[in-house]
Amino acid sequence: MALYQKTATELLGLLSSGQVTSEELTRAYAERIANIDKQVGAYLRVDVDGALEQARVIDARRKRGEKLGLLAGLPVAVKDLLTARGDLATCASRMLENYRATYDSTVVAKLRAADAVLLGRTNMDEFAMGGSTENSAFQKTRNPWDLERTPGGSSGGAAACVAADEACLSIGTDTGGSIRQPAALCGVTGLKPTYGSVSRYGLIAFASSLDQAGPLARTAEDAALLLEAIAGHDPQDATSINAPVPQYSQTVREPLKGLTLGLVREHFAAGLESETEAAVREAIKVYESLGARVKEVSFPHAKYGVAVYYIIAPCEASSNLARYDGIHYGRRTDEAKVAAELDAERKELLAAGKKREAETLDTSLVRLYRKSRAEGFGPEVKRRIMLGTYALSSGYYDAYYLKALKVRRLIRQDYDAAFQQGIDLIAGPCTAGPAFKLGEKVDDPLAMYLVDLYTVSANLAGVGGISIPCGFSKTGLPIGLQLQAPPLEEDKLLRAAHMFQTATDWHTRRPALA
Amino acid sequence: MSLSRAEVEKVSLLGRLQLSPAELDLMTTQLGAIVGYVEQLNELNTDGIEPMAHAVPTSNVFRDDVVRPSADRAEILSNAPHADGEFYLVPAVLGE
Amino acid sequence: MTESTPPYTIVIGLETHVQLQTETKLFCGCSTKFGAPPNTQTCPVCTGHPGTLPVMNRRAFELSLRTATALNCNIATFTKWDRKQYYYPDLPKGYQISQYDLPFSYEGWLEISDPKDRFPPKKVRIIRAHLEEDAGKSMHDEHAGKADSKIDLNRTGTPLLEIVTHPDMRSPAEAKAYLTELKLLLTHLGVSDCNMQEGSLRVDANVNLHLDTPAGKVATPIVEIKNMNSFRAVEKAVAYEAERQYAEWQETGRKLGDPGVFKRTFGWDDVKNRTHVQREKEESADYRYFPDPDLVPVTVTEERIAAVRAGLGELPAQVRTRLEGSYGLTAYDSDVIVNQGRAFIEYFTTAADTGGDGKTASNWLQQDVLRVMGEQNLTIENYPVPAAALGDLLKLVRGGEVDTSRGRQVLQRMFDTGESAEAAMRSLGIEKVDESALVALCEELVAANPKLVADVKAGKMQAAGSFVGQAKKKNPNANPGRVKDLCLEIIARLP
Repeated sequence: MALYQKTATELLGLLSSGQVTSEELTRAYAERIANIDKQVGAYLRVDVDGALEQARVIDARRKRGEKLGLLAGLPVAVKDLLTARGDLATCASRMLENYRATYDSTVVAKLRAADAVLLGRTNMDEFAMGGSTENSAFQKTRNPWDLERTPGGSSGGAAACVAADEACLSIGTDTGGSIRQPAALCGVTGLKPTYGSVSRYGLIAFASSLDQAGPLARTAEDAALLLEAIAGHDPQDATSINAPVPQYSQTVREPLKGLTLGLVREHFAAGLESETEAAVREAIKVYESLGARVKEVSFPHAKYGVAVYYIIAPCEASSNLARYDGIHYGRRTDEAKVAAELDAERKELLAAGKKREAETLDTSLVRLYRKSRAEGFGPEVKRRIMLGTYALSSGYYDAYYLKALKVRRLIRQDYDAAFQQGIDLIAGPCTAGPAFKLGEKVDDPLAMYLVDLYTVSANLAGVGGISIPCGFSKTGLPIGLQLQAPPLEEDKLLRAAHMFQTATDWHTRRPALA
Repeated sequence: MSLSRAEVEKVSLLGRLQLSPAELDLMTTQLGAIVGYVEQLNELNTDGIEPMAHAVPTSNVFRDDVVRPSADRAEILSNAPHADGEFYLVPAVLGE
Repeated sequence: MTESTPPYTIVIGLETHVQLQTETKLFCGCSTKFGAPPNTQTCPVCTGHPGTLPVMNRRAFELSLRTATALNCNIATFTKWDRKQYYYPDLPKGYQISQYDLPFSYEGWLEISDPKDRFPPKKVRIIRAHLEEDAGKSMHDEHAGKADSKIDLNRTGTPLLEIVTHPDMRSPAEAKAYLTELKLLLTHLGVSDCNMQEGSLRVDANVNLHLDTPAGKVATPIVEIKNMNSFRAVEKAVAYEAERQYAEWQETGRKLGDPGVFKRTFGWDDVKNRTHVQREKEESADYRYFPDPDLVPVTVTEERIAAVRAGLGELPAQVRTRLEGSYGLTAYDSDVIVNQGRAFIEYFTTAADTGGDGKTASNWLQQDVLRVMGEQNLTIENYPVPAAALGDLLKLVRGGEVDTSRGRQVLQRMFDTGESAEAAMRSLGIEKVDESALVALCEELVAANPKLVADVKAGKMQAAGSFVGQAKKKNPNANPGRVKDLCLEIIARLP
């Protein structure tokens, strides 16, 4: 087995026993990426020299017998919306194509503190808006299991790089399913933590009350390791939870006794593809064989999740993205052209006798904003800015935003009720079906939004969720099982996932890449 | 309720996006479909339900009033599309 | 007063923005110190860089609570922060973090009065006070026309308290009195330095007129006046605007509530002494307020509110009452002293208590201490004569140990050398002249000046002054009052 095919936990053993150096490992990944990423397109940038330099420093420190961090010497891929000082943070957007962060996000700072090697930055849907990574302004990412299909999104690069053995650990972010859905479609393990357990400082916001960074890896053990490294209270994030970080990497191997899984009746209704349903039901049986009890529960508000999400997320996004105005950083349109364009428009209006229209024409500053933003953002980002701006505009607030916040409460209450009934974890499908073809849904935004049906509720409720491989379609595409836990019970998610992975081998399967 | 093209145009100014006539047409259709979808929430009676703006119910998070070094001006201005070493520069904004 | 009463009532509401005296900005650790080179007090947070998050300054909230409590406001037990969204180059996030529907305080009042009694004391009701962040500064060279505007973000994120009154003021003098009292309260509480030149206190005035017409009561359209950079300017701008609105009403008859009548914004031109309409905004404001998901709400318990109230100490209005009651000061004098601030009040009470008389202390403080502070640009904190030392001097003056004019010399000496009152007197060779020596001196003078004696007898009392002058020449320590009295007694006894 090649070095790059091993799990992070295995590699950590090799590194600490001196059988392999971080430099060798980093080089192995760099070569793998050089060989394979032309097909997959998972990475936007790979900093081979920088990574090797970091690796050598860690190797030297290890040699000197220094105490090293949790991830000492392990290369990690980072989604391109977490800032790292001095590095670009593009969010796969033309708007931030040349934006160089002047500070470290807390996640990146924690990775550095854990002595990880920052290998490169992964592709994503622009500003994390999308479910297929097709909204990247820069490149397509392909599903390693079928290069004609999407890896999912928005953390498509983050999932694909793990699936294609281009990284063993990868950081994604999840606002409505953006870690779990690509993890499911790429056949890897992806965890969205409880809101507030991983700092959002330096996570370039899409929807602030929903965004969470989390780990993608091959196994629950590896995900536990990475989560332990990045979780924790951060005084720079007022929404960060002030609680100690459990030692996930230590507890992950402890099986859960007397586990009760809840199956949400509404998740097994119309829309779920039969192959996926079969694989998920088979997975539940595995749990039963391991001693778990299964109870059916009802989430009466589950079906409203997507509607609530597509109000709250665009409202917050329209506000969060207002800062991209071409004034203080980011893309600015050609100012001379703006002036000329306005002059021409004014003349034209006056010639047509439209005096009033000529007088109310944009000022040059307003037009500078509008053109800079029009040029900097892609269609999906514009759509969501428009949607959010509309929903928050005068006269609509109560009907859309406030209504959505209330239904959000009802969705949370569905979870609370289930967990109060003695359910430990909610189990069900992560997506309705396996990876779809690239281009299949790009012209139908609503169809694309419905991809998030099973994942958005966890973000709305703020609870943690994990997707683990639980089978394959006849066409050889991975299928994901989603588990969701009460707030701050990531240890349960990871232990349950590990139990499953000790009993199955779906997570060990590899796509055939040339 | 569906959106009119004029409404979409107004929103595009509010959101500072310059949309072409074709984009305005497409946006009107697409936003109309999405708004139509989200209106299913009106089936639900939410009287008396407390809105949930935050995923985690916390309060009273403060920091101490202690000065931390500011950023280096050259570094922070290095990302500005147009600056003169001291200020950000923008096309003349007159009045206020 | 011969001014005829104008045929209208002016109705004024004020919105003040006060920069809070914190070390750091509202949401980041950048310094708020005024006057730094442009863009040197900024960081990724206050310049709205991608990924950054705000964390609330505890002190800013505490200062806000203290102010609102002193303004007799109700304190909300639950408050939250909202985003007010608009695009402007000095607002790097594209929104201002402010408070919309649940401000931390509401429904208070501030009592105003006029030491000159132009209006009776009244309570100006406060609608709300809320905490928000300041924007940066845009500098435009109006003459350069098309040149670029320059943006400085040093001020961006400075904590601001916005205090909004009901339209309760009825004259420019009342508006000025409100602002004076507010400034006094804020500086007294140590909440803000209220320096208008540095923008620490900014005022917008909403003004219109109520008229009695044959057709009933009508109101003119409301105008918001901005850009007033002194209380005097507020007074002048409001007065100007009242006349302008009256003239406009006479000409157009346009009333509040007429179709097509909206609130307009006027700027005050301090050079031309007039208001002028400001350029209308591109679109009608639609701020799309919504709760900031990056900040969490703040809850305040009743116990906390009670503790803040208990910790306020004596407020300016209470100090004035005390000075008038316990020290016998006039309303005018107590106003002057209280307006000088907390340290000056303390200085006064110490000097008065040591010296044994409030009125004497008040006179000396106003005539001597304040004058020198003004001339030499001193504050009471660095005025070199301690309050107790001044009190000692006042005691000596009151006891006749030294007369008032020589007392001034003593104070000057104390100021220059740091000596105590008695030491300064000794240094200046001042000592009380024995009564018998003084009698002898006066008898000698009376005997030597028959002409003056005749004048005095003829009722020319200024002649008595000449005895004083001569006595001082012979003995500079001779108490002028006593010399005059003695001379008059001796002359009266003459046949």
